[in-house]
Amino acid sequence: MNILNQTGKYFALLLKVFSKPEKHSLYVRQTFNEIDNLGVKSFGIVAVISIFMGGITTLQVAYNLTNPLLPTYLIGLGNRDTLILEFSSTILALIMAGKIGSNITSEIGSMKVTEQIDSLEIMGVNSASYLILPKIIAVVMMFPLLYIFSVFFGLIGGMIVGPAVGAVTVTDYLNGVQYLFNPYYVTYSLIKCLVFGFLIASISAFFGYTVEGGAFDVGSASTRAVVNTNIMILIWDLILTQLLL
Amino acid sequence: MIEIRNIYKSFEQKAVLKNISKVFNKGETNLIIGRSGSGKTVLLKAIVGLHEVDKGQILYDGRDFTSMSQKLRKKLRQEMGMVFQGGALFDSLTVEENVRFPLDMFSELTTAEKQKQVDFCLERVNISNANQLYPSEISGGMQKRVAIARAIVLNPKYLFCDEPNSGLDPETSMVIDELIHSITVDLQITTIINTHDMNSVMEIGDNILFISEGEMCWEGNRKEILHAENQKLQEFVFANKQYQRIRDDKIEENK
Ligand SMILES: Nc1ncnc2c1ncn2[C@@H]1O[C@H](COP(=O)(O)OP(=O)(O)O)[C@@H](O)[C@H]1O
Ligand SMILES: [Mg+2]
Repeated sequence: MNILNQTGKYFALLLKVFSKPEKHSLYVRQTFNEIDNLGVKSFGIVAVISIFMGGITTLQVAYNLTNPLLPTYLIGLGNRDTLILEFSSTILALIMAGKIGSNITSEIGSMKVTEQIDSLEIMGVNSASYLILPKIIAVVMMFPLLYIFSVFFGLIGGMIVGPAVGAVTVTDYLNGVQYLFNPYYVTYSLIKCLVFGFLIASISAFFGYTVEGGAFDVGSASTRAVVNTNIMILIWDLILTQLLL
Repeated sequence: MIEIRNIYKSFEQKAVLKNISKVFNKGETNLIIGRSGSGKTVLLKAIVGLHEVDKGQILYDGRDFTSMSQKLRKKLRQEMGMVFQGGALFDSLTVEENVRFPLDMFSELTTAEKQKQVDFCLERVNISNANQLYPSEISGGMQKRVAIARAIVLNPKYLFCDEPNSGLDPETSMVIDELIHSITVDLQITTIINTHDMNSVMEIGDNILFISEGEMCWEGNRKEILHAENQKLQEFVFANKQYQRIRDDKIEENK
């Protein structure tokens, strides 16, 4: 019952978010701020995570590739497909739900409990739209870019670790990365990224916007936002994989 | 002028406002007073539409706010300014950007004209050399003053202040009270202020509504309040020893 109630409120909020803005120029300015804050500022952490993800995947593929008859370039191929299909989209989304999502919930939540949202409403501003729409646009736009960036750094991670442990030469690794490449995998993952971006921004915003109480409640809302976003990401991963692959 | 008629409001099963009616006059500082938890904030937020009332009418110079469409309400809101209890400045914006925000959102003024209006309002509340600071970098009293500047930047007809001097020292409180009072008189605004501070009541109580546990108990002005017969009001007023003394002195004088 509570879930139904929450879901209803979530869609009611989305309706408010997607109504006509008061003044376009201010919304555009906000969107650029959010692109910088939520997107551009995430590239660093994404690079670090991806290098490690790529390196570790490469090690694991190499470890499982015990049959000497199998060519070592399969290590590059294995790392590539894992990154493209799942790691750089879903795993990255789960991590970003923690970083971007909790940022969104705590920002909007603290505006709620300090009456800044009431303050917007009393001015006649659609606070839901003004605060949330730019965030959704920014995250949905930036997520596919972060994905491509992540695949790239994941491949570099593999290229560093694979040769370093003597599992594969750089040439073989790079051959593997290019071998039997299926561009549709990228399309599939980019579609997932758009959906995940929307889920992260909108669900976290919802939990922030509906906070009641004080600082403590903002903290617990952030936690709930991350947990719920993660569950929704996995559910949609399942749905989209079934539909698209 | 704002008139409220038979306002009721409850949260779930709990009745918070019970049958409140009152006329708030233009060019006067109208006070809603009562203990904490008596329903002042809920009443003020109901008047401005941040809470929907369960029953009753709210009229802004005869315009029925309760039955108005969202679109018209939004329009009317541009005639309102509100100062929240904690100031509620946008903490991602500087002092100047906070005050300019309503202009950016709703006016078609040029940048220079906006700047002039922002400067005028900041001057009006005696803020200088703080334009580029963020709310977290200024004192509570200054935050309140900036909030007042932001509330009056669109030349509102109606001004609402929720405990404008809570958390401030007595001297700063008085400055804020006088500021709100003079703005109200100068610009002929209908101002409604929530307070539980007897000093404010005696300073600027032009027209007072006393509520207790969500019910209206007494109305009058600051001259009448010390002689009011109402039991609950007396408990509220004379909880402060100083006012007991003032009353007793007056009674002495009259003998
Ligand atoms: N959103 C809300 N939901 C439920 N109860 C509320 C809400 N807001 C206020 N109340 C209750 O209404 C009563 C009056 O609160 P309030 O108007 O904030 O008092 P005050 O006079 O101190 O401003 C309190 O008992 C409070 O618990
Ligand atoms: Mg209050």
